[in-house]
Amino acid sequence: MEMLNNEAILNLIQEAFPNDVLFHEEPYGLLTMEVTASKGHEIIHWLKNHEQLSVNYLTNIAGIHYPEDLGREFAVVYQLHSWKNLFRLRLKCYLSKDAIQIATLVDVFDGANWMERETYDFYGIEFVGHPDLRRILNEDSMDYFPMRKEYALEDATREDKDDRYFGRNNL
Amino acid sequence: MGKIEDLKVINGEGYQLTTLDKAIGLARANSVWPLPFATSCCGIEFMATMGSAYDLSRFGMERMSFSPRQADLLIVAGTISKKLGPVLKKVYEQMSEPKWVLSVGACACSGGIFDTYSVLQGIDRIIPVDVYVPGCPPRPEQIIDGVMNIHELVKNESNRRRYSDEYKHLMNNYNIEIEDGNAE
Repeated sequence: MEMLNNEAILNLIQEAFPNDVLFHEEPYGLLTMEVTASKGHEIIHWLKNHEQLSVNYLTNIAGIHYPEDLGREFAVVYQLHSWKNLFRLRLKCYLSKDAIQIATLVDVFDGANWMERETYDFYGIEFVGHPDLRRILNEDSMDYFPMRKEYALEDATREDKDDRYFGRNNL
Repeated sequence: MGKIEDLKVINGEGYQLTTLDKAIGLARANSVWPLPFATSCCGIEFMATMGSAYDLSRFGMERMSFSPRQADLLIVAGTISKKLGPVLKKVYEQMSEPKWVLSVGACACSGGIFDTYSVLQGIDRIIPVDVYVPGCPPRPEQIIDGVMNIHELVKNESNRRRYSDEYKHLMNNYNIEIEDGNAE
């Protein structure tokens, strides 16, 4: 069977979703696409069930925060892998901080369950339709999303470390 | 004094006189059952301390107790995340009196290098600590030194420490319930 190259894969996706591949590039040879956030679920479902592409493995889901990128502050990144055709690809869906919801992938890949919980835990991205969207790594009582780039590197008001013992004030 | 003279006459060589408190303290100090709550690199150093080269069993401590019910000494070695905090407190609460806590390494003592949102900045925020061992990680010699200090406490503290007002006040500060010593 002939190997699919990035161009062929991209063409197949663009044929099926002509308006939804907003941007594409190939950093280090890895086909990376920005797709319409509301179509992310549909595209990944299509990729998995496509007879020729057969993208059967979800490697990872991650979040990114771009606080300066107004209107598209958050990104959800899907890393996908086709074991049959031995290629990987990366999909990015951008979300506004005011509408930080995206459809869950749990109905396509069971493995998405914990990955989405982790992304929710650290970035507060809501995966609509997720069966059990709770924090997974941090303590349940935490009331913020720690990986967002909106916190000072060190909080000057905290009292749980006494600066005198660490040489950090000049008293 | 006459009685001692009598004893000397009766028993001859090979006996010792002491107070019951001291005898119990000595027995306790040389048969401490530690519960190793080891989470990271300090735990590896503790394993070396337990091993044949440093040999903690010289001090009657070869029997690790992985049940808090039977342990006398809680050895916390390693980073304790905030999520793990309630678990550690539960383990401490399940230990029966008398009990001591040895905090091994910078992380257990103060959070260490992990000055971050997810790490408990010292286990003394949730449970009282008897002896702190500094170091990142401390060498086995330092851990043994900490254990020796625990032994000194065990030998010299009152056997009825748990009934003292100071102890009750301390436990109250940590919101830990203790059995009432006055209840018959």
